[in-house]
Amino acid sequence: MKYASQAVAKPYFIAAIALFLGQILFGLIMGLQYVVGDFLFPAIPFNVARMVHTNLLIVWLLFGFMGASYYLIPEESETELFSPKLAIITFWVFLVAGAITVLGYLMVPYASLAKWTGNDLLNTMGREFLEQPLPTKVGIVLVALSWLFNIVMTVLKGRKTAISMVLTLGMLGLAAFWLFSFYNPVNLVKDKFYWWWVVHLWVEGVWELILGAMLAFVLIKVTGVDREVIEKWLYVIITMTLVTGIIGTGHHYFYIGLPEYWLWWGSIFSALEPIPFLMMTIFAFNMVNKRRRDHPNKAAVIWALGTSVVAFLGAGLWGFLHTLAPVNYYTHGTQLTAAHGHLAFYGAYALVVLTMISYAMPILRGRAANSEKAQVMEMWSFWLMTVSMFVIALLLTGAGIVQVWLQRVSETPMGFMAVQDQLAIFYWAREAVGVVFLIGLLLYIWSFFVKDKSPVLA
Amino acid sequence: MTKTQNIGTRLNISTNTLNKEDLPGDFALWIFIFAEMLAFGVLFVAYAFARAKDVAIFNESQLTLSLSSGVINTLVLITSSYFVVRGVSAIKHGSSKHCAYFLTGAFLLGGVFVCVKMWEFNAKFSAGITMSTNNFYMFYLSLTFFHFMHVLMGMVILGYIIIKSLRSGYSVQDYVGVETGASFWHMVDFLWIILFPLIYIIR
Repeated sequence: MKYASQAVAKPYFIAAIALFLGQILFGLIMGLQYVVGDFLFPAIPFNVARMVHTNLLIVWLLFGFMGASYYLIPEESETELFSPKLAIITFWVFLVAGAITVLGYLMVPYASLAKWTGNDLLNTMGREFLEQPLPTKVGIVLVALSWLFNIVMTVLKGRKTAISMVLTLGMLGLAAFWLFSFYNPVNLVKDKFYWWWVVHLWVEGVWELILGAMLAFVLIKVTGVDREVIEKWLYVIITMTLVTGIIGTGHHYFYIGLPEYWLWWGSIFSALEPIPFLMMTIFAFNMVNKRRRDHPNKAAVIWALGTSVVAFLGAGLWGFLHTLAPVNYYTHGTQLTAAHGHLAFYGAYALVVLTMISYAMPILRGRAANSEKAQVMEMWSFWLMTVSMFVIALLLTGAGIVQVWLQRVSETPMGFMAVQDQLAIFYWAREAVGVVFLIGLLLYIWSFFVKDKSPVLA
Repeated sequence: MTKTQNIGTRLNISTNTLNKEDLPGDFALWIFIFAEMLAFGVLFVAYAFARAKDVAIFNESQLTLSLSSGVINTLVLITSSYFVVRGVSAIKHGSSKHCAYFLTGAFLLGGVFVCVKMWEFNAKFSAGITMSTNNFYMFYLSLTFFHFMHVLMGMVILGYIIIKSLRSGYSVQDYVGVETGASFWHMVDFLWIILFPLIYIIR
């Protein structure tokens, strides 16, 4: 580790992995509730499990992004972090607030939670993914501002690189678009219109800048390819990302009461969204092929390449599958969406955070790379998690196609719940593969504790 | 001298898949240009499909467009591209000053295009035409607006190159930056040359 203050990344990474485990456990609970409806009822109803599953995802990824930027920015800026102390305080505030929020979801009926946390002062709760009580939402603003402040001050006093600029821009966007979670107009069409400014413009806009910057950083480190070459690609990729992603928001504006031109704008621009992802894949493989050194951390290279491939498949290909308005007319809100959501989040964001952890954690623990044995275990966990998530996406795609057919295309359409019964086989298989994913994750966690007498030195 | 040679060597590393003679300017920009062409290509195809479904409305609405401002803008952009060509040629002969002058000419013509286009948009908006009027106007407004944004972007790039060139930032050995900007400007011009007959004339 080049700068002592990079060490603040460590608690962030540990928290990220712990919350990731929590997310997967709730995923499994919920996956079982798809077929055994009253499993754990009334202790953990389906809607609560879902809320915890999706909220934990966002929170652990945010922990990952924060940890990654506290690690990456000092090295890019060639200076110590502006305030390591602030970073640690922010960590504890975020962790405690996150834990209280999840406990609130689990232990208090949602309506009471809303009443106790001042939802009548400013009504923001009850919307998918933005379920957080008002104090938590405000807390996220404060945490994001503290993070942004610390990073910007560090960038300002040190070297300015394309990677730190792109990362900072991404963080700025993340903070800015979150503010729309406070805007909840009574008109449902308007509500949805701005709701997507948080949900879509995060994951298909500004988060991709953070993703690109993190990936570029790790690739520079593990391949030794010229910074200029990697930065040039980064600029081209993020420009395409923003051009297609911002107007691509329109693919959520089909048939919900917004003007008809969104059918065209949304279809055309989101159909182009796979391009930057494809570029990212070509870019990552090109850089690894042109590498000027063989970094001892081979596991990190696999995670990085995996990110570029699975992000393209999950976000690019599976997104394109149902993004054209005439297709989406039938597929809207079916299991196809769930298939896309799972593979895209795993490929683009879970994997890039794991890439960063895999690269940085050994260094934070005082070695260039982990032992051979630990790396082999890490690669096993990569393949177990990646293949099982891919199979989950395939199963949900199968479920989605059957669902669309039975519920929306057939001459004698069936009701929603009747169709769900028909999909049981897919859901059982998905649950089984989900257990394999959990095994992969446990193996990943175990790899941190592998003791080997011959650590790799570089 | 050694510095520029270093830059030359570095660029050859970054673009070693292509001979520098094949594509002028930076290779990364060409990836971008191909992506842009694909984006506009998809929009043109979408226009064709939408028109096929509603030929009568498209033909009728097309008559309300200002053909003369379209023609003026076409001439303006083609002339600006000529100036860009002269600018690149000037820097190849080592004259930063002439390069800057020619590019300034192109920049000003870009400004003329922007003014004419804004006048045209204004006329349509004051006639009460919006994106929701019909599919023809939706495509007309979207396509010309996206192109308009590209002209603005091209002007920003030209402006940057003009300033750098006035400060003698380019030389006979190192003019990749000028060629890169020129390639982008030609793309903007080229897209208009397809867009203009497609939207304003072909029926």
